Amino acid sequence: MEYGLKPLGREKFWLWALLTPTLIGLLFGALGSVVATVLLSFAKWDLLTPPTWAGIANYIDLFKDQKVLLSLTNTIKFTAMYVPGVVVISLLIAVLMNRKVRGVGLFRTAYFLPAVTSAVATALVWHMIYGRDTGILNFILERLGMQPVCWLCTENAMYAVVIVNIWGAIGEGMIIFLAGLTAIPREYHEAAAIDGANRFDQFFRITVPLITPSIFFQTLISTINAFQAYDYIYMLTRRPGGDSSIPVVVFSIYRNAWNFFNYGGASAQAIELTVIVALLMAFYFWLERRYVVYE
Amino acid sequence: MTRQNQKLILDVVSYTLLILGGVLMVGPFLWMVSTSFKLPGDQFTKTLIPPTFTLENFRELFSVDLNFPLLFWNSTYISILITVGQLLTCAMAAFCFAVVKFKGRDLLFTALLLTLLIPPQVTLIPNFIIFKYLHLIGTSVPLWLPAFWGGAFGTFLLRQYFLTIPRDLVDAARVDGASLVQIFWKIYFPLGRPALAALAIFTFQGAWNDLLHPLVYMPSVPNTMLTVGLAFFQQQMAHGGKFTVLMSGALISILPLLLVFFFAQKQFIEGIALSGVKR
Repeated sequence: MEYGLKPLGREKFWLWALLTPTLIGLLFGALGSVVATVLLSFAKWDLLTPPTWAGIANYIDLFKDQKVLLSLTNTIKFTAMYVPGVVVISLLIAVLMNRKVRGVGLFRTAYFLPAVTSAVATALVWHMIYGRDTGILNFILERLGMQPVCWLCTENAMYAVVIVNIWGAIGEGMIIFLAGLTAIPREYHEAAAIDGANRFDQFFRITVPLITPSIFFQTLISTINAFQAYDYIYMLTRRPGGDSSIPVVVFSIYRNAWNFFNYGGASAQAIELTVIVALLMAFYFWLERRYVVYE
Repeated sequence: MTRQNQKLILDVVSYTLLILGGVLMVGPFLWMVSTSFKLPGDQFTKTLIPPTFTLENFRELFSVDLNFPLLFWNSTYISILITVGQLLTCAMAAFCFAVVKFKGRDLLFTALLLTLLIPPQVTLIPNFIIFKYLHLIGTSVPLWLPAFWGGAFGTFLLRQYFLTIPRDLVDAARVDGASLVQIFWKIYFPLGRPALAALAIFTFQGAWNDLLHPLVYMPSVPNTMLTVGLAFFQQQMAHGGKFTVLMSGALISILPLLLVFFFAQKQFIEGIALSGVKR
């Protein structure tokens, strides 16, 4: 980017005036927050009594406190199911839609609907659908002669919640993949067909390599979303006491800070989350350099 | 197998899968609509068409004790403020990064992009403490004020779009004696409309659907946002309540976004593609 508008005289002032909100955000919103959270993670503070220095006690808790550990395993389990689920299903739907089907507009609207609406509102319906004695899902199962399932009990809640989260995310993934698919020139497939490649080969040898940028992007976004997943878990698995049957890290941070007033512990968990996501991103970008094809 | 046959089979498979999937995607919404028009006594009937059609649930929703209108008003003005704040401040920064040449530009932009890696929880805890000391917890200020100090996603999105606007316009305006601010306000802001529309939709949607932030900053009913209010109503249902009323509340809460979506589907979809494909 060699070209650029040069500010003349007093315009330097206006340039920095335009940038002021962003600079405030960078200094206080981002840098300040990170420093403050790191400091807090070494402290013990309930906001009622003065803070005390806690050393690395909060970080030891990350590995010792059973509930904190459980939240991390839950987040990892959730991510391991959610990310491949979203990527594979939305890719499949995008591929089907890209076959010049009739009524694409209608299908696109239908698949995108959950991505537009609030997770809180749709979780209320899912809660009814999953109901043990009154839900429609068990009603259907019983009609088919199967045993009813306790969908939101501890043993099944993870799967039930992953399904709903995938349901809510397919729409966006589908759009990303459709954009990638429509950019592939038709001639590639035509030439391959003339050479005798069947549809299966065409998909794995032409389509997949050419949309690796979209696959990479969608995997990245889905991973970040997986670590942030909160709304459906809060709405579907919250118990009367305020705990969840499958607490994830984000849930645990909220509870630690705003239910137990353990702001130091919650800060240590927030730092843990940041470090894990940053490491994963670094790994993804390493993969990208090796396997992603940019034309 | 001939090519014709192969195509027929693939067509049948495609349509079957797409229709089946479509039903699964839309099904919960149909159930929401259906339940919200049922009598409370019929709330667990397994028919899609209500046995008796009623508007009573909506009337109850707007009766005084639920304070639903307040929730709706809060969600509306907070989401609008957040959207206005983001559009203005992100566009200002995006213009500087895309058009103006100044020392430290690339460094600053990289620093901004790096903030995308910071999870919201990291900013949430210190922000909460500051706003608590300012006695602003329970008000809407902590929700919308941070929207007025820019953001990496919005700035990035708008910058990418601003880069595609022809430079000749800037040169011509310069010859005519236009100032920096005039170039921003008279050229880039109006010409950036498609990207601004996409960002507006995303921001409004994110603000309207947000649960975590209002849960922290406006934690108690009735003075809170729709999401927290609905979650609170659901909790009360545990002691026996009317799911029909809850469903009518859920339906009304998603209505504004559904309207935006149906009228601005193009911007919605192009915006997602814009953020995803161009690097």
